[in-house]
Amino acid sequence: MSETTHPEADALIAHLQERFPGAVQPSPAPFTGLIVAREHLVDVATHLRDELGYRYLASVTGVDYPQGMDGLAPRFEVVYHLCQASGAPLTLHVHASREDPAVPSLAPLFPSAVVQEREAWDLLGIRFEGHPDLRRILLWEGFDGHPLRKDWHEVYYEEDHKPFESRYPAGEPVQAESRTPLGNNLRYPEGWSFEDWRPMVDVWGYQAHDAVAQEDNPDFPLERVVLNMGPHHPSTHGVLRLLVTLEGETIRRLEPVVGFLHRCHDKIGERNTWLGNMPYTDRLDYVCSMSNNLGYAIAVEKLLGVEVPPRAEYIRVIMAEFTRFMNHIIDIGFTGNDLGIYFTAMLMGMEERELILDLFERVSGSRMMCNYMRFGGVAHDMDEEAVALARELAFERLPRAVDKVDAYFTDNEIFRARSVGVGVLPPEMAVAYGCTGPLLRGSGVPYDLRRADPYSVYDQFDFDVVVGQNGDVYDRYLVRLGEMRQSLRILQQALDRLPDGPVMAGKKQALVKVPAGESYGRIEAPKGELAYYVVSDGGTNPYRYHVRAPSFVNLGVLGEICKGHLIGDVVIILASVDITLGEVDR
Amino acid sequence: MPVRKRQLPEIPPELVGTVHLTPLDQIYNWARKRSLWPIFFGLACCAIEMIAAAAGRFDLSRFGMEIMRASPRQGDLMMVTGTVTKKMAPQVVRLYNQMAEPKYVLAMGACAISGGPFKEGYNVVSGVDKLIPVDIYVPGCPPRPEALLNGLLSLHARMERESIRDLRWYRKGEVEEGIPVPDLGPDLIDWRLAERLEPTVRQAEE
Amino acid sequence: MYIGWGFLKSFGVTARRFIESYVDDLKWFLKGGFGKRYTPEALAVRQRPSTARGIFVVQYPAERLPLPERYRGFPFLVYDEDPARPRCTACGMCARVCPPQCIWIVRASDPATGKPLREPAQFHIDISICMSCGLCAEFCPFGAIKMGHDYEIAVFERQTSLLWNRERLLRPVSYHAQIHPTAYAEEAAKAQKDE
Repeated sequence: MSETTHPEADALIAHLQERFPGAVQPSPAPFTGLIVAREHLVDVATHLRDELGYRYLASVTGVDYPQGMDGLAPRFEVVYHLCQASGAPLTLHVHASREDPAVPSLAPLFPSAVVQEREAWDLLGIRFEGHPDLRRILLWEGFDGHPLRKDWHEVYYEEDHKPFESRYPAGEPVQAESRTPLGNNLRYPEGWSFEDWRPMVDVWGYQAHDAVAQEDNPDFPLERVVLNMGPHHPSTHGVLRLLVTLEGETIRRLEPVVGFLHRCHDKIGERNTWLGNMPYTDRLDYVCSMSNNLGYAIAVEKLLGVEVPPRAEYIRVIMAEFTRFMNHIIDIGFTGNDLGIYFTAMLMGMEERELILDLFERVSGSRMMCNYMRFGGVAHDMDEEAVALARELAFERLPRAVDKVDAYFTDNEIFRARSVGVGVLPPEMAVAYGCTGPLLRGSGVPYDLRRADPYSVYDQFDFDVVVGQNGDVYDRYLVRLGEMRQSLRILQQALDRLPDGPVMAGKKQALVKVPAGESYGRIEAPKGELAYYVVSDGGTNPYRYHVRAPSFVNLGVLGEICKGHLIGDVVIILASVDITLGEVDR
Repeated sequence: MPVRKRQLPEIPPELVGTVHLTPLDQIYNWARKRSLWPIFFGLACCAIEMIAAAAGRFDLSRFGMEIMRASPRQGDLMMVTGTVTKKMAPQVVRLYNQMAEPKYVLAMGACAISGGPFKEGYNVVSGVDKLIPVDIYVPGCPPRPEALLNGLLSLHARMERESIRDLRWYRKGEVEEGIPVPDLGPDLIDWRLAERLEPTVRQAEE
Repeated sequence: MYIGWGFLKSFGVTARRFIESYVDDLKWFLKGGFGKRYTPEALAVRQRPSTARGIFVVQYPAERLPLPERYRGFPFLVYDEDPARPRCTACGMCARVCPPQCIWIVRASDPATGKPLREPAQFHIDISICMSCGLCAEFCPFGAIKMGHDYEIAVFERQTSLLWNRERLLRPVSYHAQIHPTAYAEEAAKAQKDE
C-alpha cells in the first residue's frame, strides 16, 4: 500500500503537465509523487511555490540507485517533499546521471534547502548547481569519498545487510579492530603519505568570515574579530561550533558548523534490519526517544499497511505527550541555565523529568532509550500501576510544575529584558527556511502537524495550537509553556478514555519483510517536524533510511536571526531554537 | 619525598613501594578524591545522564563534584560521555593535553568505551582510548546515573590506593609531552601511526 | 526597571522550595528521629510524584532506587538446574536480531558424528557494544536469555573484562524469578497449562 500524496493528485499532475509540457510525469508504482525533469525543476518549483501555495520545503534527500529499481534506470535521485499549509506533502523526484550527478539547486527559492543540499553533496556527491555555498557539512573538506554511495564501504565493512554470517553458527568473537590492517577504524588512500600531507586550505572555515571581517565600514571603521564558540562549550547544548564575526560585541555574521556528532545513522540504517533500526532511532534526539520511535513506526507502518489497535494508539499518544512536556520543561530549564540562573531552573526541570522517566522505565524498561514502539503497536502493555502513575503525573504533579515554571519566568523582569525583542524571526523567513515546531509557531504561523497532517489518533483529542505574536525568544518561551499545558490537556483526555484491548496488531516479528515502496512518515516532535524517508526494495533491510531532523533544518536560520545582536544573546537565541546535536548530526 | 615518622619501624626495601605508610598519602588522596572537578565534556546521550547525575536526584555535589567546569585548565576528571567522532577527535586530544595534572579520564557509555552501537560508522572512533589513556570504563547505553556514581566511587577507591611516590606527574625527569593532536585528512590522521606506517606506504609507491 | 513584582515572584518560587526542604526534613524527623527518612518505605514516598516534596535526593550508595521489573541492564543466560545445561538451544535468534551484532554463538556439535547439538559451545556478548535494547530477550523462543538488573559494572580495563563468555553470562532461574516476578509467574502458568 503506497501513500496517496495529495487528494487531488491526478488533477495536480494534469495541471502541471499542461503548464510544463514534457517536464512532469507520475512516478511508477510503488513510488509516489512526480518525476520532474532536471531542466524544468526550478520552473516547476517556482510555480508550485508562488501559484499553488507549496511554500514549505520539508525535506531534500538524495538516494543512490546503482542498479535502478523496478524498471527505472540506474541513477542518483534527489527527492523533495513540498507542503502546503495543511495536508500531506507532495513528493518530487529528480534524476541525475551516475557519472556526474548534478541537479539545479532550489536554495535560491527555498532557503531550507541550503543545509539539506549540502548534506546530500557531502554524503552522496550530488552537485547542486546554483547553490550559494556547496561545502561538506557533516564531514570535513578533504574526506575521501562520499560515504552513502552503495559502493563505498566503511573500514569495518562485513556484509551489506545484517544479520552477519560471522555471528552464528560459527561465531568466534572477533574484535572489529583486528580485522583491519591498521587495527583501527582508519583507512588511508593508496600512495598517501604522512610526510607529504598538507591540510586543505581553510579546513576550519575561517575564510568566509575573514572576508566579512575585513570589509571596510566606511562610516566608522572598527576592528572586526572572528570568534570561535565551541565545539566544546558549556552553553551550546552539545558539540556545536559557532563561527562568529564580531564588530565590537555586535554580530555581523554567524555560521553554525555541525558534524561533530555525525554517527552515520543513514549508513548504519541501511545495514540494520527494519526492527533493528528502532533502538537506533532512540539515539537521534536522545532527550525525546519515544517521539523518535513513533515517527519511525509510522513511516514503516505506511508501507506495511498494518492498522494499530486503539489501545496502542492511545498509549503512543500518551508517551508522545509526556515526551513533549519533558522536552519543553528541560528546554526552559536549560534556557535558564544559559541565562545565568546557575542551575535553579535546570534542577526544577530535571526533577519533573526524573518523575516522567520513572514512568518510561516502568513501561518500557529504560529511562532514556525506550525502544518501545513496534510496527503495529507498542512492545509492552501499560499495567495498572503504570496507568496510576501516569494519572498522578498528568493530573496532580505536572500541572503544579507548569504553574511553578510560569510563576518563575513569565513576569520576571530580567528574563523579559533579555528575551523580548531578541532573536526575532519574521514568519515569512521562518516558512522559507523550513522552520517547524515552537520556532515557527512563536512567529505566528499556526502550523502544527497534529492539526495540519494528522497522524495516530490526534484528531480525537481536543487541544489548541499555541501561537506567539512577535517571533522573539520570549514568545517562543510562551509557546512552549502553552504547549505544556495543552499536552496536559491531551494527556488527561487520553488517560480518561484509555480503551482496553491488545497493544499489538498480530504477532511480534523479529525479521520483518517490508513491501517495496517509499514512505515519508512525519510527526510533530517536540522540536519540530521529525520525518523519516524510507525506501524499501521488498527485503528485510531498508534500501534507504533518511531522517529529516527538525533541529538540523531549524539551525539553518540561526545565522539570520542572530545578525545585529550582541554576542551574549547568541546563547539564549540558540536555547530558544532548541536543538539536540544527536538529531542535527545524526 | 616521603615523610617518615620516627616511631614507625624500618621498612624492608622490597616493601617500600607497596606499603601505605604515610598520612600524607592519605590526606593527599582524600582531598583530591573529595574535590574532583569534572569537565563538562558532554558529547551525546550519555551527557544527559551525566547531567541527571549532577541534578537533583543523584546529586554529584555530595561527592564534591558539582563544579562542572567547561575549561580544561580547571578540571581534574574528563568524563568522556558519548560517541567520539573523528571530526571531534582533535578537540578531545587538545583538551586532554590542556588539562593540568593530576588528571583522570572516565569513559562513560558504550560509545566512549569502544564506539558502541555506532562502531561500524565511518566517522566514529572505536573508543576514546584510541586517543587518550582512560582510567575507568562505565558500561551501559546509557549507564544509569547510579552506574556513573558507582564508576566514580571505584575511581575514588583507585585514587585512594595511589601514593605520591608513584604518581607519574611527580616523577623527576619525566616531562609529559602531550599526545599529538590528530588532523583531518582523507581520514583521521593519527600521527602516532606515522612511524609505523611510513615504510610500508613508501614500499607501496615503489 | 529590573527589580519588580515579577522578580520577587521568581524569588518566591525558589524561597518556597528552600523552606519546603527544611520543613519536609523536620516532618520526617518528628515522625521517628534520625534515620526515619532513609528507609525503603520512606524512599518510595519521597520519590512518588504526588508526595515528593523537599529534598529529592536518592542517597546512593546508601540508598538505591528499586528497579522496575522491565528494566533492561545487560543480558544473562538462564539455566534451570544445572549450569552445564542452560535453556539456550543455540538457535541463533538473538544473534540475528541484535542490532549492533554484539552476540557471537558457536553451536556445539557432537564430537563423534559432527551433527549439531542444541546447545551453545561458546556464547559471547561484547558488553562494550551492547546497547541494552532488549531485542534478544524479547525474541528468544525459549526464554533462555533475559535482561538483568546489574548496572554496577565499572571496570578498569576493557579488552578482557567486557567480553562476557558463557560462564560469566549464566545465572540461575531463581535470579530470573527474583528480578522478574510477574514474567516468571506468567511463564510458569503457561508451562503448567501446556502440560
